[in-house]
Amino acid sequence: MALSWKWFGARLGGALVTLFGVTIVVFVVLRAIPGNAITASLGIESGTLSAGQIEALNHFYGIDQPWYSQFFSWLGELFQGNLGVSLTSGNSVSSLIGAALPVTIELAVLAALIGTAVGVLLGTLAGSGPGKARDSVTQGVGLLGLAIPEFVLGTLTVALLADLFDYFPDTSTFVPLTESFSGNMSQILYPALVLSVGFAANVMRTTRSEYVETAQADFVRTARGKGLYPRRIRTAHVLRNASIPILTLTGIQFGYLLGGTVIIEQIFALPGLGRLLFTSITDHDYPVVQSSVLIVAAAFVVVNLLVDIGYRIVDPRMRQI
Amino acid sequence: MSVTPIAPDVGPAGAPPGNGSLIGRIWRDPNGRIGLVLTAVLLIVGACGALGFLPHDPLDQFPDSRNQPPSGTYWFGSDQFGRDIAARVAAGIWTSLRVSVVAVAIAAVVGSALGICAGFFGGWLDQIISRFIEVLFAFPAILLALAVVSALGAGWQNTAIAIAIVYTPIFARVSRGPTLGVAKAEYIKAQRVLGIPTWRVLLRHVLPNVSAPIVVQITLALSWALLTESALSFLGLGTQPPEPSLGLMVSDAQNTITSQWWTMAFPAGAIVIAVIALNLLGDGLRSALDPRRESGR
Repeated sequence: MALSWKWFGARLGGALVTLFGVTIVVFVVLRAIPGNAITASLGIESGTLSAGQIEALNHFYGIDQPWYSQFFSWLGELFQGNLGVSLTSGNSVSSLIGAALPVTIELAVLAALIGTAVGVLLGTLAGSGPGKARDSVTQGVGLLGLAIPEFVLGTLTVALLADLFDYFPDTSTFVPLTESFSGNMSQILYPALVLSVGFAANVMRTTRSEYVETAQADFVRTARGKGLYPRRIRTAHVLRNASIPILTLTGIQFGYLLGGTVIIEQIFALPGLGRLLFTSITDHDYPVVQSSVLIVAAAFVVVNLLVDIGYRIVDPRMRQI
Repeated sequence: MSVTPIAPDVGPAGAPPGNGSLIGRIWRDPNGRIGLVLTAVLLIVGACGALGFLPHDPLDQFPDSRNQPPSGTYWFGSDQFGRDIAARVAAGIWTSLRVSVVAVAIAAVVGSALGICAGFFGGWLDQIISRFIEVLFAFPAILLALAVVSALGAGWQNTAIAIAIVYTPIFARVSRGPTLGVAKAEYIKAQRVLGIPTWRVLLRHVLPNVSAPIVVQITLALSWALLTESALSFLGLGTQPPEPSLGLMVSDAQNTITSQWWTMAFPAGAIVIAVIALNLLGDGLRSALDPRRESGR
């Protein structure tokens, strides 16, 4: 058995407890909002309503219930897939999120793929010659990649594309991948490239330090002593052993990508979850805010669970823990 | 009988046997040196902006000199309202640093206290705190900050609180691990046997011994906080206009970037330099506090 059921059960249980905690945090944060959903949805000061009207509305929205019963009725609705109704558009929140989520997932997956590939490549390049010129150059580029904010890079990309190539991303309608590959790519490739820069820089730094550390291990010296080709040592011995922390980092980073799309989707006007979240925050559309935050956090917990399972498969030693 | 022979007051964990102040040790690290210099420059520029030592006021509008390129009068040019960009960048650096410092100070104090208590006392307290940390970690940083700001409203104090909440779990996690080891050490046991109050043991003996990773984390968190603050301001949820803010300036420059490059280049450059400075300072601190890690390796 590759994975012990006991470990898996404990890990799954932990993830479920975390998810429950996430729902509490989302609930508490959204309850901390001054005023309440009623005044937000009506767009008027509560002072203009009579006491009786407020009471009636409170009763209608269930706000007169104690907080714990509000919490559990919200949780109950969640389990039935009922995420509520958007206050501004009147659409169901689940349909809004259902339309936005694929865009964000595609964006994040593409950025993660590009970022991992570039990051591992550059990290290996730097790590295989510590202290050499290529190491310093790559490290400098990596630091720059971490330090340039996504919104600066995104703004620059949009402006340069427009100025140099007369290229304006068509934002009126989003083209799904299933409809047209080139149409989809013309909308999503550039934002994915921008997102992948920070990702690649992080992966690069981890790859480099892991590579340097692993390359000093005794088994690598043994492999060299056996007269193995340097390339074989690099891939089969050093990189494979360095891959576990890289995998962990990629998992964590992927979760952050899901959140980091807020800014990029805003700049590139992509109708994803980040944009939905941002517009609902500025419109005070709390049912949408609540559910989108919850979805992203849940995705993060699930991705981390998958990463945990993933490196138990990659590294047989981990299975004994 | 004196207590000192049993429990000497130890310095920060891993302090190298060599002497020299912390600054001196950072200075010996090539990365740390650059970080130290850049951070000092930023502080000076920011302070000049905040104290009004620059020729123009960041809020003064000169309608006759809109969109001026950099010149002797307007070092970094002027924006679409005829405001001096140099003054605005300097004041913006101050705004960003102020939010970052306040946020990281709150996060470091609360987070370290949580982490040290969790690691020292263990048991159910550790369970609750660790679970809480894990839950907060489930939210991507910018997302949690957005949610908190949407609940509290925009403005620099609320931005600072939001960023503090985001980075509290990091400090808790960083301080909990080393505390687990320190709590089992002989000299801590000796303190408890001698009946020294627990708060005193925590403050005088545990905290100094787990402070190295916390100090390193502070500089790194400052750079992330600065990025988060400018991102929130870029989205219009951080510092509010007309108060100068680097993120807001980049956002304003979106439409003028190709015709007036200076509206974008200087605020964006300031953010990048600030983040690099704090990162390098963090690298320098790490190698200054941890002798096993050779610099430049």
